[in-house]
Amino acid sequence: MVVTKKVDVTLIINGQTHNISVEPRRTLADAIREDCGQTGTHIGCEHGVCGACTVLIDGAPARSCLMFAVQADGKAIRTVEGLAEGGKLHPLQQAFMDCHGLQCGFCTPGFLMLATGVLEREPDISDEDLIDVLSSNLCRCTGYQNIIKAVRMAAEQMRSN
Amino acid sequence: MKPAAFTYHAPKTVEDAITILNEVAPDDGRVLAGGQSLVPTMAFRMARPAHLVDINGIAALEKLTVEDGRLVIGACTRHAAFQRPVVDGPLGSLLSFVMRHIAHYPIRTRGTFCGSLAHADPASEWCLVAATLGATITARSANGTRQLAADDFFDWAMTTNLAENELLAEVSLPLLPPDTRFGFYEFSRRAGDYAIAMALVTYRLQDGRMVEPRIGIGGAEGRPRRISEAETVLDGKAPGADVFAQAGEAASAAVDPMEDLQANAKFRRDLVRTVTRRALERAAA
Amino acid sequence: MSAHHHDIKSWVGRSIRRVEDPALITGRGRFTGDLAAQRWVSFVRSPVASGRIKRIAPPPGATVMTASDLNGVKPIRPMLHKFNYIPICHPILADGVVRFMGEPVAVVIADTEEEAEDIAEKVELEIEETPPLIDARAAIGDGAPIVHHEAPANVIVEGRVKTPGFDEVWAGAAHIVSVDIRSRRQNALPLEPRGAHAAFDPMSERVTLTCSTQMPHLMRTAIADLVGIPESDLRVIAPDVGGGFGQKMSLTPEYVALVWLAKQLRMSVAWTEDRRENLIACFHSRDQYVTLQGAFSADGKLMALSADVLANIGAYSCFPTTCAVEPLMAMAEMPGPYDVRAYACHARGVVTNTCPIAPYRGVSRPVITFALETLMDKAAKTLSIDPVDLRRHNLITTFPYTSATGLVFDDASYRETMELAVAALDIPGFRHRQGEARKSGRYLGLGIATFSERTGYGTPAFAARGMEITPGWEVVDLSMDPSGRVEARIGASPHGQGLRTTLAQIVADQIGIDPSKISVVHGDTDRTPYGFGTFASRSAVIAGGATLLAARKVRGKLVQIAARLLEADAAEIELEDGAAKVKGTNRFLPIEQVARAAYHKAHLFTDLGPGLSETASYDPAGTFSNACHAVIVEVDVGTGGVKIERYIVAEDAGRLINPMIAEGQIHGGVAQGIANALYEEIVYDDTGNILTTTLADYLPPTSHEIPAIEIHHLETLTGDTLTQAKGLGEGGAIGAPAAIINAINDALSPFEISMSEIPATPQRIHAALQQSGKWS
Repeated sequence: MVVTKKVDVTLIINGQTHNISVEPRRTLADAIREDCGQTGTHIGCEHGVCGACTVLIDGAPARSCLMFAVQADGKAIRTVEGLAEGGKLHPLQQAFMDCHGLQCGFCTPGFLMLATGVLEREPDISDEDLIDVLSSNLCRCTGYQNIIKAVRMAAEQMRSN
Repeated sequence: MKPAAFTYHAPKTVEDAITILNEVAPDDGRVLAGGQSLVPTMAFRMARPAHLVDINGIAALEKLTVEDGRLVIGACTRHAAFQRPVVDGPLGSLLSFVMRHIAHYPIRTRGTFCGSLAHADPASEWCLVAATLGATITARSANGTRQLAADDFFDWAMTTNLAENELLAEVSLPLLPPDTRFGFYEFSRRAGDYAIAMALVTYRLQDGRMVEPRIGIGGAEGRPRRISEAETVLDGKAPGADVFAQAGEAASAAVDPMEDLQANAKFRRDLVRTVTRRALERAAA
Repeated sequence: MSAHHHDIKSWVGRSIRRVEDPALITGRGRFTGDLAAQRWVSFVRSPVASGRIKRIAPPPGATVMTASDLNGVKPIRPMLHKFNYIPICHPILADGVVRFMGEPVAVVIADTEEEAEDIAEKVELEIEETPPLIDARAAIGDGAPIVHHEAPANVIVEGRVKTPGFDEVWAGAAHIVSVDIRSRRQNALPLEPRGAHAAFDPMSERVTLTCSTQMPHLMRTAIADLVGIPESDLRVIAPDVGGGFGQKMSLTPEYVALVWLAKQLRMSVAWTEDRRENLIACFHSRDQYVTLQGAFSADGKLMALSADVLANIGAYSCFPTTCAVEPLMAMAEMPGPYDVRAYACHARGVVTNTCPIAPYRGVSRPVITFALETLMDKAAKTLSIDPVDLRRHNLITTFPYTSATGLVFDDASYRETMELAVAALDIPGFRHRQGEARKSGRYLGLGIATFSERTGYGTPAFAARGMEITPGWEVVDLSMDPSGRVEARIGASPHGQGLRTTLAQIVADQIGIDPSKISVVHGDTDRTPYGFGTFASRSAVIAGGATLLAARKVRGKLVQIAARLLEADAAEIELEDGAAKVKGTNRFLPIEQVARAAYHKAHLFTDLGPGLSETASYDPAGTFSNACHAVIVEVDVGTGGVKIERYIVAEDAGRLINPMIAEGQIHGGVAQGIANALYEEIVYDDTGNILTTTLADYLPPTSHEIPAIEIHHLETLTGDTLTQAKGLGEGGAIGAPAAIINAINDALSPFEISMSEIPATPQRIHAALQQSGKWS
């Protein structure tokens, strides 16, 4: 059995610095949740299919279960806990509530970060492409219809802001 | 599951990378690029590399340029880079179109073109592109640099002829002549899934006739390849439903389809017929 | 006086935002896996389907427990007192033999999850394999291996029904139509896999089990019993639960092990299931063969139904329902929404060396609806009657209707929902389009499915099944504190259904305060009255009914106190807008003042008693909601792929407390039904090895595969439930496979194909096209 030393890693999550010491094999998802105490990011499959673990790395949506914490050293990570600013909900969060885009809530942070990342990187993304992007993540409760509705509603609002 | 433990290396230059790789390769040391294929296998503990050499910090590997009539793609170039055509002309459009079929958006921000080739999943779209267009793979190691043609690079499912201490540093694809038409068609169960069968076709249209046809089939056999029997059907003919159907028949007859949960050989064989025909229809449209 | 005389519809019926959401959308949900623990466990699982354990050798220095270490821990042994049920035991850790691939054999305890997995890998397991039994038909065949010695024929439960005079009716039929259907194994696949965290408090010596479950109180009762501690020494908390769909309403041995370990180690121990474990070893469902025959008169009246149901129930029987739930529900409800008086059924549940089976959204009804509705379409073809007309001729239209199996159908709208769906479809227009499409080699098809959904049933229904544990009632404790805020403590256990919101709406209407001043507490056995959890589309009906009754009691007391404080007649007092008002005057009191008086001026109301706390229970006989699903598909005959072009649901679940939440349940149910019809299948090879171990093999659909659902509502306001709501959580999953297969068969009718297996994968459709001999 390989015995590996822990490595010092600095994770900057939602602007806050977390200095942690982890094995190289610790995934970013686990580090965010367990070492940095941000449990809003969820783990649904741990093999990169469901997207519940989606966070933003330097603005790009990425599956945090497919990265190791050491790889994210010093990068700007955003998670669901950082979406609302100063108590004001992000348009996507508000839209998910208004459109009943969540039921159990387990997949929700992943969808929120996916949509945030895409809409920030490509504000003029076509509706067709936006809907296509939403097929990246799995949900078992909602049947997706209200998630799509919520994202469309928020996209419009984000564009007009 | 959590991956098995490993030692992590993050070189900043290609030279450092191949030096480290040379040391750790005999001890199951692997290159980590996008991680979108490697890390899931580590999560199942099917892959248990004792060392990971993370090349994401090597700026020189982010290359994406045109050199001597070929598009050169460095090892750290992500799938997403191809979203908008990276060159003018048919090659850029082809890569952009194919990219949309690869996995999902978040995977495309991390996964790499070269990584897909090194992983050699028979259902990988980029592997099919490499085999069909005649990619050249540049491998670098402590022993030097060598180039392999795609046909010599791919071995079988999930295996290549890359030596264990070699880094797949870059891949080059020929720029396609402006009169090239291309078509790509893939069948899979869900959005973003690996292809159960797919076809990539290109031909040059000259005086209303197809010349220099290429028909590549992927997802059907242990490795993607061009099907010369089907290409022969097209050569010199005008595009049309009948000749496309014949090419589909020829491709279908020529493959030795693999079997898995999604498709038995019979079904796959029939799919090859369908995807070939439809790729050709798209090329002609 | 009607039961609903006082109901002011100002909150019930409105699609207000959910109170559950603000925490969940900001990442402040609390799921089981979010808790830290002192120790982590990993389960060593059997790599083979069947065998005798010869040796379990942990690596030196590791803390590993096996069955022999679990002193005094009893196996899970659910009980059914009817239908020839043979009780079998499910040991917490495999005891001498393994009976399915993935069965827990040992448990490793370590400081971190990674370490626990590292050690688990190194545990040497020697198992002498014995021939495995995989398929249900093989289980009842000659020479089948025996899975449990108590059941040498492998039949664990068997029921038969035959109505008097059946044979005569059958003999007199003009046509017999038959379908043989195969439903392939499903995994409910909640996005949060199982998880358990057991904490030990050295002061009180109590264990607190936080776990992903749909039934915390039953978990407590069962686990305390198995581990041998007083029930009061175990607290179970269902925190936020990331989906259940039935998979988390059965007792799982891993949770028992965690409680035992916490008690032994006197520290906190946690387990998070990974997705691979969930696919392999967490309750599967719906692995059935059904043969269904209908006897029709010449003019299309369904005279008699005869069914044979063979359900593979896996290696063990689930608690509390027992594995009998699938075959017996099929037997009881096979006639569906049709008026058929002669009925015969033989239903069996058989054990095999596969993962145990437990209820999954709809339980057996997606399968029986698939059988019945494909039968109806086949009969329509055979009799040359339009499929809609055939259903018109046979759907129940007079209520109450007592079925051939003794179920009482209350007021419903079977015909009306079908007519609504049909009208939305424009069938003649579709037929024209279908014809045109065929000319260019495109195959469009239309399918419908009508069904009833039994919901909100209490103890009478469960008692009839003969379960050892008869669930069904719900109790709600409702209190208003001196500041005028209300807390409702419930025994139901929602996990995405928005029950905290819908119950607050019910209370708000009774007490006249804003729902934001009402909080609904659930999930913690220390904080809530005993209840049976959330499953079987019961909570809006039963918890809702109990909430309504408790709220009325509190309302009654508030009215009495307000009347005296305002020196008015009780009949003149109205509660609305957060105040108690005297009708027709501008005299009022803010409700907080009335509440405060109840606590701090109780000497003025000695006949009423102090405080504002009431309890109510509700235990209804049950009700039936109904729906018609209508689907238009396109089948790509070149690939066997199916695209859903249009999906219509016309449903009737009585009064919708929160229409937005109700529609969300339909969307989600239909999505799982589509998955069942086209994508999801757990596959075993013939050595009992599971082949679908990742989400790249087992295929839950993405948004790309699920269309927008068009929903039309009818509201038949039944007197059979207090709130007039009927349940509807499962309906979406019940109708989809039938409607989709009927649509595929309609699309492929030029090839005379009849798909009879779900999921109808591209490979199966392709094979059917090949076999038809009509396709090239």
